[in-house]
Amino acid sequence: MHPAYSVILFTTSSGAGYGLLFWLSLAHMAGRLPGGAMAFIAVALALVLITAGLLSSTFHLGHPERAIGAFSQWRSSWLSREGVAAVATYIPAGLLALIWLIGAEAGVTKLLALLSATGAVATVYCTGMIYGSLRTIRQWNKGLTPVVYLALAGATGALLLGAMMSIFGAAADWVGVVTLMSLVAAGATKLAYWRQIDADPGQYTTEMATGLGGEGGSVRPLDPPHTKPNFVMREMGYQVARKHTRRLRRLSVIALFAVPIVAVLIAVLASGGAAILYLIATLTAGWGVATERWLFFAEAEHVSQLYYGANRA
Amino acid sequence: MAHKQPILDTSPKVSDEIRQTTCYMCACRCGINVHLRDGKVNYIEGNRDHPVNKGVICGKGASGIMQHYSPARLQAPMKRVGPRGSGQFEEISWDEALELATDWLGAVRKSDPKKLAFFTGRDQSQSLTGLWAMKYGTPNFAAHGGFCSVNMAAGGLYTFGGAFWEFGDPDWDYTRYFMLFGVAEDHASNPIKKGIGKIKKRGAKFVSVNPVRTGYNAVADEWVGIRPGTDALFVGALIHELFRAQQIDLDYLIRYTNSPWLVIQDPGAADHGLFARDEEGNPLVWSNEAGGFGSGKVSDLSASLTGTRTLPDGRTARTVFELMAERYLGDDYTPEAVEERTGVPATQIRKIASELAHVAFKEEVIIEREWTDAWGRKHDKLIGRPISMHAMRGISAHSNGFQTCRMIHILQILLGSIDCPGGFRYKPPYPKQTPPNLLPHGASGDIKPEMPLGGPHLGFPHGPHHLLLDEDGGPNRLDKGFSWDAPMSAHGLMHMVINNAANKDPYGIDVLFMYMANMAWNSSMNTPGTIDALTKTDENGDYVIPKIIYSDAYYSETVPFADLILPDTTYLERYDCISLLDRPISEPEILADSIRYPVVEPDRDVRGFQTVLIDLGARLGLPGFVDDNGAPLYPGGYPDYIVNHERKPGVGPLAGFRGKDGTKFGVGEKNPDQLKRYIENGAFWEQKFDPEHAYFRHANRGYLDWGIEKGIRLTPDATIFQLYSEPVQKFRLAAEGHGDRQPPERARDRIRTYFDPLPFWYEPMEESMVDTEKFSLHAITQRPMHMYHSWGSQNAWLRQITAQNRLYIHSSVGERIGAKDDDWVWLSSHQGRVKCQVKLMDGVNPQTVWTWNAIGKRRGAWGLSDDAPESNQGFLLNHLISELLPAGGGGYRYSNSDPITGQAAWFDLRVSIEKADGDGKTEPFFEPLGTSTQKPSPNKVAFGAEFRRKAL
Amino acid sequence: MTCLPKQTDKKLGLVIDLDICVGCQACATSCKEWNTSGYSAPLSDHDPYGADPSGAWLNRIHSFEATTAKGVSKTVHFPRSCLHCEEPACVTVCPTGASYKREEDGIVLVNPDTCIGCKLCSWACPYGAREYDYDDGVMKKCTLCVDRIYNENIPEEDRVPACVRACPTGARAFGDLGDPDSDVSKSVAARDGFNLLDEFGYKPVNKYLPPRINSVQAAPAAEEPAAPDGSRLEKLFAWADKALSR
Ligand SMILES: Nc1nc2c(c(=O)[nH]1)N[C@H]1C(S)=C(S)[C@@H](COP(=O)(O)OP(=O)(O)OC[C@H]3O[C@@H](n4cnc5c(=O)[nH]c(N)nc54)[C@H](O)[C@@H]3O)O[C@H]1N2
Ligand SMILES: Nc1nc2c(c(=O)[nH]1)N[C@H]1C(S)=C(S)[C@@H](COP(=O)(O)OP(=O)(O)OC[C@H]3O[C@@H](n4cnc5c(=O)[nH]c(N)nc54)[C@H](O)[C@@H]3O)O[C@H]1N2
Ligand code: SF4
Ligand code: SF4
Ligand code: SF4
Ligand code: SF4
Ligand code: SF4
Ligand SMILES: [Mo]
Repeated sequence: MHPAYSVILFTTSSGAGYGLLFWLSLAHMAGRLPGGAMAFIAVALALVLITAGLLSSTFHLGHPERAIGAFSQWRSSWLSREGVAAVATYIPAGLLALIWLIGAEAGVTKLLALLSATGAVATVYCTGMIYGSLRTIRQWNKGLTPVVYLALAGATGALLLGAMMSIFGAAADWVGVVTLMSLVAAGATKLAYWRQIDADPGQYTTEMATGLGGEGGSVRPLDPPHTKPNFVMREMGYQVARKHTRRLRRLSVIALFAVPIVAVLIAVLASGGAAILYLIATLTAGWGVATERWLFFAEAEHVSQLYYGANRA
Repeated sequence: MAHKQPILDTSPKVSDEIRQTTCYMCACRCGINVHLRDGKVNYIEGNRDHPVNKGVICGKGASGIMQHYSPARLQAPMKRVGPRGSGQFEEISWDEALELATDWLGAVRKSDPKKLAFFTGRDQSQSLTGLWAMKYGTPNFAAHGGFCSVNMAAGGLYTFGGAFWEFGDPDWDYTRYFMLFGVAEDHASNPIKKGIGKIKKRGAKFVSVNPVRTGYNAVADEWVGIRPGTDALFVGALIHELFRAQQIDLDYLIRYTNSPWLVIQDPGAADHGLFARDEEGNPLVWSNEAGGFGSGKVSDLSASLTGTRTLPDGRTARTVFELMAERYLGDDYTPEAVEERTGVPATQIRKIASELAHVAFKEEVIIEREWTDAWGRKHDKLIGRPISMHAMRGISAHSNGFQTCRMIHILQILLGSIDCPGGFRYKPPYPKQTPPNLLPHGASGDIKPEMPLGGPHLGFPHGPHHLLLDEDGGPNRLDKGFSWDAPMSAHGLMHMVINNAANKDPYGIDVLFMYMANMAWNSSMNTPGTIDALTKTDENGDYVIPKIIYSDAYYSETVPFADLILPDTTYLERYDCISLLDRPISEPEILADSIRYPVVEPDRDVRGFQTVLIDLGARLGLPGFVDDNGAPLYPGGYPDYIVNHERKPGVGPLAGFRGKDGTKFGVGEKNPDQLKRYIENGAFWEQKFDPEHAYFRHANRGYLDWGIEKGIRLTPDATIFQLYSEPVQKFRLAAEGHGDRQPPERARDRIRTYFDPLPFWYEPMEESMVDTEKFSLHAITQRPMHMYHSWGSQNAWLRQITAQNRLYIHSSVGERIGAKDDDWVWLSSHQGRVKCQVKLMDGVNPQTVWTWNAIGKRRGAWGLSDDAPESNQGFLLNHLISELLPAGGGGYRYSNSDPITGQAAWFDLRVSIEKADGDGKTEPFFEPLGTSTQKPSPNKVAFGAEFRRKAL
Repeated sequence: MTCLPKQTDKKLGLVIDLDICVGCQACATSCKEWNTSGYSAPLSDHDPYGADPSGAWLNRIHSFEATTAKGVSKTVHFPRSCLHCEEPACVTVCPTGASYKREEDGIVLVNPDTCIGCKLCSWACPYGAREYDYDDGVMKKCTLCVDRIYNENIPEEDRVPACVRACPTGARAFGDLGDPDSDVSKSVAARDGFNLLDEFGYKPVNKYLPPRINSVQAAPAAEEPAAPDGSRLEKLFAWADKALSR
């Protein structure tokens, strides 16, 4: 699949935003979130990341001005559900931000936080399911796909929270532990995911797609319909070399998991420098998650390519 | 949330108006319905009532919109101001353009009309262009037939008065066994597709004989992946098998062919190998009933097919049948003998032969229908041998194509399958006489300043006395047509014109006038050499071809080489006449012709070429174009001519709606409303004929008489199939020293060898002269069904389908040279080399490589950008095809053509292949052609946005 | 409307005969031509005269070389357009409802006025049958010529899809595949018509008919005993004389 930058930005940025929202909500519910400016800035950052992501996702729409229509089909469409969940999450999260902005003390914040956290999980799950539900792409059509989305949102969100708290001088070990745990969990799910997709050779063949060749026969394209790539080939026919994939996977593991884990570990164990360490961890993880997301698309093989020279999908 | 399904307007208005005309996205001439909306063409579909396509349309026809609105359309007449090829033009007015042309052409006509060469390519108005050239008085006229498929026309017409090409059709309704030789598309584009669909649905068997298995050949039930140029061996072996198994239609042979005719056997005599004749000139047969000689023209059913006879003058004579049997039963044509050369296993040959016999004689089709034969015998039924064959350029584009084509006809005739139910059917006005009684004109004595030629340029010589020679016995035509180089070149040799003119061989010319032929590119052999010829200068720096006038409708590769451009309209903007005097659109049971008329008006300063030619004719004062006072005869241009010109009293360009009230056809007075009647009738006219006249028309009394009445036949005599061709033998006799017209010494052997009155296989010329170990592969082209020669690439839709061609090679060749799909290779011939990309496949003869024809383009042409795939990766095979054969004994270089007909031997090409180092560009790579007048092409097309039918 | 109708009154679709298709592209260009000013007009083309020409087409013709297990090879031309599946996720994934399957005839359509161009439906189609129009910003696909097949402004016999109307070989047929008595259903039954990628489970309505084998079974003439030319000739002449004297 063609890795569109708008979609990479959308899923990574809003994923991190929802992750942050999730953790800060949880922290608030647990009474561990420092109040004041920090709380507001955290929720605001979450909302900015979410909004930036959502906005960027509209860049790849042909008709963004009609986007309102996308909320209508929640009964069948994960994309629509995601929209609905995203909008729904804005309400409690927005209220939280408002309350914290004006510094009002309100009893509802815990409830709002609960709703925000739920909304964040729901939204990210929907995002994952947009991909996970597509049977046309075996690399995506896995139970692990939404889990990976959730885990990565959680990890990047935790990193952000940790970074913020350390910047505000409120670094706390529990954040470090949560961050480490979510990084490890995310790393493990992603590795499991890769193992799973690598083990799946694809169950569909050109012979099935064309109905030709018969039992034990083979089918090879002679002439494509058109000389130059069309939309389907550009969109679904993106290919990256095996070697390249392996290198990028390694890089993303290092940037997204290894470096942040080490940095956070040091931050937790050592005293001082936490802010810098978290910042480094967050930035490399940001880069890592973008690479991971790029790969998520680039490695995905679409069944339609059976008509264009792929012999298995 | 319930979402209501939108309510659609399922009955939107399609268009404001439908105008019916004739398609010209290719030469098939289908009827089309052109839908117009807000004055724009918005949809083109097939006309259901039209005899040619009966409603269907092809990939090209349905893309007519993009052709009509092409950015490469020429805008106005132009005069060259920079050097040839630079594309530096100045737009001028029509008056200036016509005056200039009149000056140039007038001067030549006053001094030496020979110095004009007028050649037309994809011409569908040859009866007008030919007439014009005739009245002008130059011998140098022809259309594209010589480089196209004259082998098929001549092979067929000399043999049975009909031809493949689009002049006949398999009987799609009844045929049970269809053999297709060397066809990828053909002129009868839609009819063949319809036919193939029809027979496949019926379950008839379809055998393809073709080195390549794509397109039509892909849906064949059996594929014979023959090695190019060897069909006559394959067909000869089929004939061998049929003779051996005694599976031939003897009755048919006696009734309709010259197989009982007696051939004089007197080696060394001046009439050796000619027919023994009586005093009236009738060929002799041995009549068993009369116990003596009889006339071969009376279809004596007791005529003997065998036996050596002693003629009244004491010499011996043998029947054609015996000579034929002797040839094909010989060891040269056993399946085993041809197996290796053809690449067709002997078992497959045997199987096909026995299937042919089985279907012809065990599955005959009988139609209960009375008819009377040419000799007055009544028949109560039509007996059909449901075997049909069709062949085209895979046969014709070889230098042994004439003989191969004749051999296929012999196979058809031995099976009794010409014009019978289920067989191959003539399309009227065919059949003609054999040999045809149209003779060529333009010998030296005929050419005089300001005098017309004595008759039409092109025809069918019956012997050396019909050649068009100069005083010294050399060619009198620039293309050397009808000379000893190509004696039976019934369509001329357009592919030789430019190079001969530049080499002044046989002579130089003053004006080259061309119409609708992209000679600076895909229709020339040796394209780089042709470009050099067009720009060649003499010692004074003047162009050797001093003046070039060209009419095109688009900015093709040839436009920049002309000095004066007469821009034509598109096919939707002009009148045209598809006449029975030219290439008919008839179907086997229908006599038909058609027109085009302007369904939209041009939005540029362009004029229909025919109208321009008629105007030029009048300005030059050509007889037939001006009246006795010198006033233009057809001031209304082409439509005026179509209605008012008469070839013979009552016979004009259009056969339909003649007579004052439009009720006559064929022969009848002019009808001023004729064009209106055509337009009302969907731009065509058709006449179905009597079912009694539907078959055996070469010998169907009713049909023959009707043909005379309607002006489409010249004699009431039956057409007797010439299995043995006497005109061919006459040339051979000359080569053996007989007669007063003698070939030059260098040509004697050649003529003696190839002019065999009975078809035989010989090695194609190039193959016999180059190192075939080195050039071990055959290279051929095929037409893509969705592209018409060079025109398609300016079409925004069609070029998306094919913007680049690759060289298709057999997987084993790929393996041998270590090439994978898309790798670059060098392809070399004795002429030069080309760099191109390969694609591996299995469905190709392993000794053959091929590519799509005319996809490669030169930068600067057709409104394409300089980085278009057509010119950067696409290539032409033409760069490798020499217009001349290597020098033979004596150093003379003959044209790369069939030695009999002069047909261009495009497919004789032999090549070698090697892997090239990767940089992704084709070679030879030409300088971009300039253009100072064309507007830039748009970078987006969203045709039809304005017609969007909104959902309610 | 993104939810699929429980059932449709008809199952209109195409039947494509791979035994007959010669790959001429008539259906592809006729489709382009009709639809570029039709229901989802235009079908835009980009870089039409340049290096990388492409555009929105609703029907495309591939060609394949298929080799059976026994090594028999065949070239097959293969038209491919939307199959109007009975259970296609291209419809259910659509967030706007622009993509829908019609209750009355099962045609799968995109509403060009509400589509936001998110392209998700194209990801959900295993057949690559949806084409995004970059210029128009909406998804395009085969409409089964919904603006022709019921169109009272055109003659009744022409109320078939443009591609079917065009096809010179008659390799395309249109009809109700939900009605077992329709001509199309009968030919599918008679010819072992099949679904593309049946295993995928979208239940395509369009069907393909496989290449078939037609053969004349005639006993091949016996192999020739090595007879010299002369005796072959004598035999033929004797036969001819005898046959004719009867
Ligand atoms: N290698 C190879 N070469 C071949 C062949 C092959 O098989 N292989 N085939 C050969 C054969 S059989 C043929 S017939 C030739 C064909 O070759 P050409 O006769 O050159 O045919 P086209 O390329 O169609 O070019 C005809 C010219 O007509 C112009 N034209 C198009 N429409 C109009 C119009 O309405 N009015 C006017 N005035 N001009 C118009 C086009 O712009 C173009 O410049 O190619 C030959 N060349
Ligand atoms: N779409 C389209 N239609 C056209 C044209 C076009 O350009 N495009 N051009 C028109 C013109 S001018 C012409 S002349 C006709 C020509 O129409 P065709 O006769 O169909 O010409 P080609 O496409 O050259 O196909 C020649 C076929 O012969 C095969 N072949 C080559 N050598 C041999 C051989 O030695 N033996 C056998 N058995 N087969 C061989 C090739 O593989 C190829 O399939 O088409 C006309 N129709
Ligand atoms: S076959 Fe030729 S004339 Fe007929 S529709 Fe196609 S392009 Fe037009
Ligand atoms: S073919 Fe593709 S676009 Fe058409 S209905 Fe099926 S899934 Fe949807
Ligand atoms: S591109 Fe249009 S039709 Fe497709 S899913 Fe998106 S909104 Fe629906
Ligand atoms: S049914 Fe209509 S839209 Fe669909 S492929 Fe055929 S012509 Fe195109
Ligand atoms: S029009 Fe018919 S024969 Fe031509 S490609 Fe389409 S389905 Fe095949
Ligand atoms: Mo031709």
